[in-house]
Amino acid sequence: MVQPLDTLTETASQTAGPYVHIGCLPSFTGIEGVYPEDLGRSPIAEGAAGERITIRGHIYDATGWALRDAMIESWQADAAGRYPGQAGADPAVTGFARFACDGESGEWRLDTVKPGPVRGRGGQVWAPHIALWIVARGINIGLQTRIYFAGDDHASDPLLARIEQRPRVETLMARPEGEGAWRFDIRLRGEGETVFLDL
Amino acid sequence: MSGALRPRRREIHPRPYDPAYKTSVTRAPALPLLSMESTPSEETGPRFGHSLIGPRDADLIHNFTGNPAIGERIRVHGRVLDEAGRPVPETLLEVWQANAGGRYRHVKDGYTAPLDPNFGGCGRCLTDGEGRYEFMTVKPGAYPWPNGPNDWRPAHIHVSVFGHAFGQRLITQMYFEGDPLIARCPIAQTVRDRAQLDRLVAPLDMGESRGMDYLAYKFDIVLRGRRRSVFEGEM
Ligand SMILES: [Fe+2]
Repeated sequence: MVQPLDTLTETASQTAGPYVHIGCLPSFTGIEGVYPEDLGRSPIAEGAAGERITIRGHIYDATGWALRDAMIESWQADAAGRYPGQAGADPAVTGFARFACDGESGEWRLDTVKPGPVRGRGGQVWAPHIALWIVARGINIGLQTRIYFAGDDHASDPLLARIEQRPRVETLMARPEGEGAWRFDIRLRGEGETVFLDL
Repeated sequence: MSGALRPRRREIHPRPYDPAYKTSVTRAPALPLLSMESTPSEETGPRFGHSLIGPRDADLIHNFTGNPAIGERIRVHGRVLDEAGRPVPETLLEVWQANAGGRYRHVKDGYTAPLDPNFGGCGRCLTDGEGRYEFMTVKPGAYPWPNGPNDWRPAHIHVSVFGHAFGQRLITQMYFEGDPLIARCPIAQTVRDRAQLDRLVAPLDMGESRGMDYLAYKFDIVLRGRRRSVFEGEM
């Protein structure tokens, strides 16, 4: 025997299920009057600095069908690369948003400001990105991924550098489709499968 | 900002791909996850204050119309801790559930059991300084779901917790002691490690129950912790 490691174990995840909206986006699913409004309606307030952008996309399953029942959360830095709570962070950026795939079309949409590059341990610099967390029926543990933006300088991003199969880097790139408009489709499984993260 | 998150122990979590839970077959990634040390995006996260929480948010019995929902009155309480055993204070916990008959207030739920006009099915609270939380609700009913020819979900409450870092984000389900449907549920059984599944089952807690009023169940939750470091220079 050895000394015990004096640690607890994380609680196991379970799927958020098809009715995740009841708990996380009640107004979205028609439950009014419990909370004044759904949490995470916008990651920015009036006056947020930076370029306004809209990102739209779908989440496709292994058959190419767009999910209608998924929920996404996003977390990001402000236009200067600072997270809420850090010194000098933009007070008009809460950084957090929560949104659902449309029940008819499956499309989701995020209106925000484009984040700046982020500095971390050891002088590492991450290219502008938005962290995503995806939950739905059939997803047993929330999926982490990131939106990067095509056209930015990604040469020194430590995460993108870790992707061995270079064509897969493209699965993390939002594509421009007009002034301030971007598209980011997520493929859960199979051809063109998005790179999911374990960070 | 504080240190890196401990790596997630994927083996204690449900298998993402589990043919007995049919929907997971088309929605679980086939390729390995990209693993690396957490970064500022995972080590920071949204924080919510007491101003968010309304006086009835944690009372699912009354928070929909003000009139009481039908069902067995229960109090669910517990603590949110990290892997080092430290309490996680002032973190947002959200719950949702079916009503006492096993019916959800959701356009996609067509189960025969009726809606309760006084039950919405959602609630939320912040943990206190010691990581404690509690809410009042009615015990949810079991319900059938389209998977195998005759699959039923055990009574359960969905629980969402934020922690203090986006990489700690967790959604799970709380089950109830003694429910024979747990062993028969393909979703509960996606957790292959029996000891880990047992940790999702809340014991009846008579000590925190109140005579002539409610039964209590205790549900403690552990979130990922941070690596301790004596090397402050690493920021
Ligand atoms: Fe459920």
